[in-house]
Amino acid sequence: MTEQGAVMPEKILEVRDLVTQVATSTGPKTVVDGLSFDLHRGETLCIAGESGSGKSMTSLSIMGLLPQPMAKVAGGKVLLRGDDLLKLPERAMRDIRGNKIAMIFQEPMTSLNPVLTIGRQLGEAISTHDPMPGSKVRSRALAVLKQVRISEPEKRLKQYPHELSGGMRQRVMIAMALACNPDVLIADEPTTALDVTIQAQILGLMRDLQRDTGTAIILITHDMGVVAEMADRVIVMNQGKAVESGSVTDVFEAPADPYTRGLLAAVPRLGAMTGIDGPASTNGNALVRGMARPLVTVRDLTVRFDIRGGLLQRVQKRVHAVENVSFDIFPGETLSIVGESGCGKSTTGRALMNLLPWQGEVVIDGKEIDAQSRLQTKSVRRNVQMIFQDPYASLDPRMTVGELVAEPLVIHGLAHGSELQDRVEYLFNRVGLPVDAAKRHPHEFSGGQRQRVCIARALSLSPKVIIADESVSALDVSVQAQVLELLGELQAESGISYLFISHDMAVVEQISHRVAVMYMGQVVEIGPRRAVFENPQHPYTKKLMSAVPIPDPRKRREHFSLITGEIPSPVHGLDYQPDYADLTQIGAQHFVARSAIKSAA
Amino acid sequence: MIAYILRRVLQAALILLGVSVVTYALLYMLPADPARQIAGRSATAETVANIREQLGLNLPFYEQYLRYLGNLLQGDFGRSYLQKTEVGELIAARLPATLLLMAGAIFCELLLGLTAGAIGAIKRNTSVDRTLMVVSFVGVSAPQFVVGILMLYLFAVVLGWFPIGGYGTFSHLVLPSVSMGFLGAGWYSRMMRSSMLDVLRQDYVRTARAKGLGRARVFFVHAFPNALLPIIAMIGIDIGMFMSGIVVVESVFGWPGIGQLAWQAIQRVDIPIIMGVTLVSACAIVLGNLLADLVVPLIDPRIKLR
Repeated sequence: MTEQGAVMPEKILEVRDLVTQVATSTGPKTVVDGLSFDLHRGETLCIAGESGSGKSMTSLSIMGLLPQPMAKVAGGKVLLRGDDLLKLPERAMRDIRGNKIAMIFQEPMTSLNPVLTIGRQLGEAISTHDPMPGSKVRSRALAVLKQVRISEPEKRLKQYPHELSGGMRQRVMIAMALACNPDVLIADEPTTALDVTIQAQILGLMRDLQRDTGTAIILITHDMGVVAEMADRVIVMNQGKAVESGSVTDVFEAPADPYTRGLLAAVPRLGAMTGIDGPASTNGNALVRGMARPLVTVRDLTVRFDIRGGLLQRVQKRVHAVENVSFDIFPGETLSIVGESGCGKSTTGRALMNLLPWQGEVVIDGKEIDAQSRLQTKSVRRNVQMIFQDPYASLDPRMTVGELVAEPLVIHGLAHGSELQDRVEYLFNRVGLPVDAAKRHPHEFSGGQRQRVCIARALSLSPKVIIADESVSALDVSVQAQVLELLGELQAESGISYLFISHDMAVVEQISHRVAVMYMGQVVEIGPRRAVFENPQHPYTKKLMSAVPIPDPRKRREHFSLITGEIPSPVHGLDYQPDYADLTQIGAQHFVARSAIKSAA
Repeated sequence: MIAYILRRVLQAALILLGVSVVTYALLYMLPADPARQIAGRSATAETVANIREQLGLNLPFYEQYLRYLGNLLQGDFGRSYLQKTEVGELIAARLPATLLLMAGAIFCELLLGLTAGAIGAIKRNTSVDRTLMVVSFVGVSAPQFVVGILMLYLFAVVLGWFPIGGYGTFSHLVLPSVSMGFLGAGWYSRMMRSSMLDVLRQDYVRTARAKGLGRARVFFVHAFPNALLPIIAMIGIDIGMFMSGIVVVESVFGWPGIGQLAWQAIQRVDIPIIMGVTLVSACAIVLGNLLADLVVPLIDPRIKLR
């Protein structure tokens, strides 16, 4: 690093030639390979990389928290103000953890102990390093909770983790990490599991806290948008090695390493499609709909779940998951549903598959679907297939992928013998998998390949619509780009329609013809993609767009003030009458809810 | 909470009703004739017929059952033909001994099982872990009468540390409790080990370590209560298994509880006593399960009884 000002901030952490190995059945595998970096006071260093790059292993190595006995540090130094942490005995290391170096993790849902109150867990972090009487611990805990700007901090102390939302839990994690004013805060994917508006709030909070306390932050993330938003300096890791490091502007504007260039190119960017009508796969051509009749018509779709209780297990409350949702999907079209967790987007998809009870009217390819009847669903299901989020969990681990892809054809009695074989081979070719892969089991494939298997399975019945529920969300960006490309090709080739359910605005922008924004179980805005993205009208749509971090350090937001609040609960009493958002047309096929839904803005 | 308990008690009543019907029907189908038993071998056919008339044994099955149920609802378990005593009295006299033995056995199996399981999980894949798991496997596989007799021989006959049998003092309680708890300890150590391993892998345990907490605190405050949750439900079910073990262990150690009562009654086909003991056991199982379900929310705040 070059001397930029007169005074260089104090160097706090120095990592030299760190090597971490994991034991495998074929001998030790090096997951961090000779990594070196410095961290200065008040600085944010981002370690970016895809899954398996060794970024999380780096943080666990520094903390001495590697999973025992599988992983161990095999070489190098980690110097905290000159002391080598790797040489410290466990007892001395305990005084460092949480005190000098604190850590927050990806999953706020599982990172807090479910059976202990927030106050207890927070108090413990304080009193371990600074023994003090209980009343002082409590007031200190309250003070840090206020510092992380959690609502009603006194009440939170007495609550259990499951009573808090994901965003609040991550605030508690941050409070716990900052309780002892550490020199270094390691944040491992701190916002990956959170909704985009909550992510913006947490990132803003971390930035403010850093300004106040001068804590140095190591931020580990796969999201280049978050990197651009937060980093002073960036290290890009690939397969255990740092392939690129430098200031954030240098890395984004003049990436030297081909891997970094590829990674940045694959990142979907919100606003990349400005001025273009159709999705990326069609070279930007809008769908010529002509006189086509909609393939799927949904009218007043409503899904409510009963919550029972009391002596006779009567219905006491209801979850209003989806309320009066209406839309059409035309042949060859991609309609995306975007929204945050709990908005009802996945429930909508599942209702179309008849996977849960619903009310309303659904017509698929001219046939009205009877919400009650299970008999006709088989023939209807042929026309609608689904790809789920987690390709690991949605493939039976005991079947070969060939059997998995063939199964729908067998169930529907469409092919057998050599014909079945040919059909499966064709499908494997179609999704870009080698034919001999059919004999292998799901665990032998990577995440992207597994998602290809899921796509092949969905395609096997030649459906007219595929419902893709967060189908690329669990994939690394480079793999995500390939899968999105495959979906685009399939559409161009066969004219299949997609209902693409996603929380990721940038991906949605890339793939959609039309977009529906859902909030609290209702569609608040629907229209052609270009209209919705370039001229968003509903306050919630605007809020969603502004919350997305842009992978460009020059477009960094100074303030996140626009984004506050959390989504209210969809659970209501029996006499609750939903406040329907009537859609008003404001442009060509562009509809917006005028009666703004409560607290959307 | 109160609604929940009421509903569970209602369910329990239905279960007990079902148990009583099935047991009564099974015993009704036995080829034994109570009237002949009471009258004795030398009685005339006329005497036997008289007794049958008196006891209502010539009534149709459902009438006999309804009569029995009616008495039962008034707290009357009937009268043993052979011991000429009220069944209720017999059970009441022996129940405290059995409850004491059960408490001892539960204490032993939890103490041994949970400790062994937790140590196994912490020292996983070491020789300590392997030894413990082999012992627990023996515990699971060995029949209780074998364990009981071996313990009796070693600790009472050879070493003379404990009395050979009987009831009264604390030292009488030790061997029967351990023999009965040994089987359960085997199960619990295996369950605890896998439950604990699972919990030690959880993110919140990593969080606890990242805070700089010591090993003991991470273990006892963060891991142990979570690892215990699946075990508690097990204890409720376990009380049912105890009832069968109690018959064996009480006979081996001459423990004057309802297990022995049941054993004698079965040998002599003393139907009212068999009925009574079965119903009391069913009650214990139902209560045990209810109790376990009520304890879980005390540890796990996520579970709300509705």
